[in-house]
Amino acid sequence: MTPGALLYLDLLMMGLMLVLAVGALYARSLRHAVILFIVFGLVVALVWARLRAPDIALAEAAIGSGLAGALLLAALRDRRRGAESAPRSPAWQVVAVGAVVAGLVLLLAWAFLDLQGERANGPLADTVRANLDVSGVSNPVTAVLLNFRAYDTLLELTVLLAALLGVMSLGPQRPPMDAAEPMAAGLIGWLIPLLIVAGSYLLWVGAHAPGGAFQAGALLAAAAVLADLGGRREFRLPGQTWLRLLAVAGCAVFTLVGLAALIGSGVLLQLPPDWAGSLILLIELFATASIASALFLVYLGGHPPSWNSREGHPDA
Amino acid sequence: MPDPATLYGLLGIVLAGLGVHAAIVQRDSIRRLLAINVMGVGVFLVLIATAYFGPDQDPDPIPHALVLTGIVVAVAATALALALLRAFERSEDE
Amino acid sequence: MLDALSLLLIFSGLAFYLAGTIGVLRLPDTLCRLHAVTKADNLGLGLLASGVLLQLSDPLQMLKLLLIWLLVLAASATGGQLIARHALDERPDQRAELPEDAK
Repeated sequence: MTPGALLYLDLLMMGLMLVLAVGALYARSLRHAVILFIVFGLVVALVWARLRAPDIALAEAAIGSGLAGALLLAALRDRRRGAESAPRSPAWQVVAVGAVVAGLVLLLAWAFLDLQGERANGPLADTVRANLDVSGVSNPVTAVLLNFRAYDTLLELTVLLAALLGVMSLGPQRPPMDAAEPMAAGLIGWLIPLLIVAGSYLLWVGAHAPGGAFQAGALLAAAAVLADLGGRREFRLPGQTWLRLLAVAGCAVFTLVGLAALIGSGVLLQLPPDWAGSLILLIELFATASIASALFLVYLGGHPPSWNSREGHPDA
Repeated sequence: MPDPATLYGLLGIVLAGLGVHAAIVQRDSIRRLLAINVMGVGVFLVLIATAYFGPDQDPDPIPHALVLTGIVVAVAATALALALLRAFERSEDE
Repeated sequence: MLDALSLLLIFSGLAFYLAGTIGVLRLPDTLCRLHAVTKADNLGLGLLASGVLLQLSDPLQMLKLLLIWLLVLAASATGGQLIARHALDERPDQRAELPEDAK
């Protein structure tokens, strides 16, 4: 494909992104806005693939568009009828804020263009490439996430866990859906095993190709959400105790491995090169289960109904 | 001929601006959440665009890792915000 | 030769997508629009996928493309049925026009 033709593709995708973003932000009906946001997420995933970021394309499609879309649609369903049309700010405010934001955008664009001339692959990227063979994996993004900057990923799992704790302490879960109609239940019966296989594959392949714990965890969470939508009696999901244990397991195993590395080499999370590959797989395995469980519990939206019936509980 | 990294970086800045505008101007809380998410996508786009060096050279993996973390954190925050909104609306009913 | 066939398939796929989109925009109600979306778009996707398939050399990639097409087919068929059922619930007068076993 000649560079000229790719430019047309780029302009087309950029135009599509702008139209979808404006629709998602300013559509008259909130339901339309949420659906346009989901489509926007999918187009953004395409753009990530075009910009040679396939790991992020997978994550954006699964988490940014899929799971966030499920959360938003469930939130729309919770809302009281008629509370949808909160009035927008008066017209003069829209224009005034628009003018200020336009000025900021122009300023940032000028700064961005000014810096474009000095663009070069930074020294950090060269260090990553140089040390890739002792990192235990051959996918550079996985190496950065789970070896060189493992501390950040550990904290990211902790953030997810903290959000889960917040969601679970704010109120009861959404009431379960009725059993799905036979056709939908049939499709879900095929999709769940497919998602489990695809998720496990992504977990395994993340070491040497695009993939990894986050994408795999998102696919497994999607399988759980589908099972929930199909009716909880038909598709048996792990019980609340298991889900909560799994949600914590990711951070726990990650911390344990980090402490073991601390004892072994004196620096937290410094994985020894001989064991790095296996340790990364171990961490990713539990991280996948943890992410899947946390995302599913967050979709359910609160603490399970049995909490309120516990004796001695303040709400009882 | 404009370089894709520049084009997409500018688009990212515009998207972030649109997100800021909608976050201020829209009154409904879920719309504000959508706006903040669009802002996030704009920022990620700037990061990935500056990590792109064309079809011949490998992209810089560190902004990729940053954005991956960012996507997960954004969804976690959105989930917490939606739960807070639900609890708020429930307390308004009582 | 292969490229020409690919182009032909891809362009006919796009034509079907165009027809489906015009259908969604111009047809009067939900059930008619469902026809346009599910039938025309799926055929368009099949043609597009075949066009791209001819350009691939790795059989694994070809299998993946076929799997994607099958998944989209299944999802839009199920989704179409669910939407149609919901649309009928809102328009009981249309339900009366259906033959006995479709209600």
